[in-house]
Amino acid sequence: MTATEIRPTTDALLKTEAPKKPANMGQILRWTLLFLGGVAMVMPIAYMISTSLKWPHEVYNLKLIPDEPHLENYTYVLEDGRFYWWFVNSMIIAVITTICNVIFDSLVGYTLCKFRFPGRYIVFIAILSTLMIPTEMLVIPWYLMSQQFGWLDTYWGIMFPGLMTAFGTFLMKQFFETVPDDFIEAARIDGLNELQIWWTVAMPLVKPALAALAIFVFLGNWTAFIWPLIVTNSVEMYTLPVGLSSFGDEADVAWELIMTGAAISTIPTLIVFLIFQRYIIQGVVMAGLKG
Amino acid sequence: MYRNLTIRQKQIVWAWAFLAIPILFYSVIRFYPTGNAILISFQDWNLLGDRTWTGLDNYQKLFADPVFWKVFKNTFVYLLIGTPVSLLISFVIAYHLDQVRFMHGFLRTLYFLPFMTSAVAMAWVWRWFYQPVPVGLFNNALASIGIPQFPFLQSTTWALPSVLAPAGWAGLGFQVIIFMAGLRAIPRSYYEAARIDGVSWWTVLWEITLPLLKPTIVFIVVFSSIGFLRIFDHVFNMTTNNPGGPLNSTKPLVLMIYETAFSAFDMGYAAAQTVVLFLVLLVVSLIQLRILRDS
Repeated sequence: MTATEIRPTTDALLKTEAPKKPANMGQILRWTLLFLGGVAMVMPIAYMISTSLKWPHEVYNLKLIPDEPHLENYTYVLEDGRFYWWFVNSMIIAVITTICNVIFDSLVGYTLCKFRFPGRYIVFIAILSTLMIPTEMLVIPWYLMSQQFGWLDTYWGIMFPGLMTAFGTFLMKQFFETVPDDFIEAARIDGLNELQIWWTVAMPLVKPALAALAIFVFLGNWTAFIWPLIVTNSVEMYTLPVGLSSFGDEADVAWELIMTGAAISTIPTLIVFLIFQRYIIQGVVMAGLKG
Repeated sequence: MYRNLTIRQKQIVWAWAFLAIPILFYSVIRFYPTGNAILISFQDWNLLGDRTWTGLDNYQKLFADPVFWKVFKNTFVYLLIGTPVSLLISFVIAYHLDQVRFMHGFLRTLYFLPFMTSAVAMAWVWRWFYQPVPVGLFNNALASIGIPQFPFLQSTTWALPSVLAPAGWAGLGFQVIIFMAGLRAIPRSYYEAARIDGVSWWTVLWEITLPLLKPTIVFIVVFSSIGFLRIFDHVFNMTTNNPGGPLNSTKPLVLMIYETAFSAFDMGYAAAQTVVLFLVLLVVSLIQLRILRDS
């Protein structure tokens, strides 16, 4: 499918143009079942948050609304600083990786889309072929590399594998197809150099795609587990998922504290979702249909 | 010198200038490690001692290892339960959600929200749900209506589906959204024509909707299969006291790789396992594409 065909689809998905029909029993039943299913879907999240607000004596009852909600669990968990470091580590890593991906994936995508040069096709196929290689196959060589260069247990060590992605490059290449060549020609005649054209002319025209890419990369790195687990070994360098995993595994940790840690690592992405919902769902559709 | 170049030559210079850092990155961080992993799979190496060539020894050892076959089977059970079940559920939800107008956006949000969670966090939440009485939510709920407790993560039979459930749950919203986009892309005129002809909804579903959804179905099947074959975060976090347990009944290939490489430090053996994982992913994807595209 080409990009121009996609646009109306993604827009149509978000519109709720209603063919007006009177509600009948079937539709009411359908709505009710979908609603109950949806409520069941968010139950684990609801119980996680509710339990993080409970006192120990009411953790094991089935009530969703705590009798006396309080934030003691959060102060307790954040007090010794570990969750605070982990949060900061995850944030730094996810933000830097996201910026890197937005810049490099779009630069490569733009080059492969808008320039004609010998070797273009080979570079494209080579980058695309890396999509077939699972991360798990690369972790051993990455680990050896990190060991050799002293990258173990550093931010750089956690970040380096994800600084560019073939998926992002491919996504951006597809989107630059929608930028008319005339715009680029016009900018060239105006005397802009190629770097300026990419940054000031082409990039602003693909902002929705950049937003989608940024959200995916951020979410992916925020929740990444296996590589940070391998490459970190001191508690201060853990990311939130690795930290939460080790915290939960400690003997005698109360479940309400684990739920609090889980909530700390989940609530930021839920907030991002509720704010940027429209972009995210549009992004999922764009990425899904193009990827 | 640059000034004397033609426009076309200037473009070539810019293109390679733009690609220089990325090409370096992909060579060093993707291609070299891929080759290196394959190379290490033919060596015996425990990180400290010497690397010695052993030919196919790692592979022979792997295929003779009963744990590997257990793990191999588990990996496919994740795939063979996870993919069809999540495909069916997400299609049913998308099909009906597509026809609902009242609070459509709100319902969609409910289904999509789990996709935005962290797998590790949710694995711990579900692990708590699965605990025996008086701790676990599910068993407490069963107890409150008088049903005896259920050994979710303790049982060798039920532990695997119990671990699979949160993985499927988290990906469901994504699949629903993709399905709905696919459904919206089907031209209305087909349905109009069917309605004029008085065709039943069941026939419409099988003769119009599903055939036209094929590209969407292919994408979801391949994408979710890759996810289930690579399952790790949920298994690791729900069974940290005995990773992959009880009795290896939940252990997938990626967890075996992790343990071989980073608990036993048997790098050559682990590398051979990653090569097998790569081949499994490749073969499964190709078979699925072939079957689904042709039929």
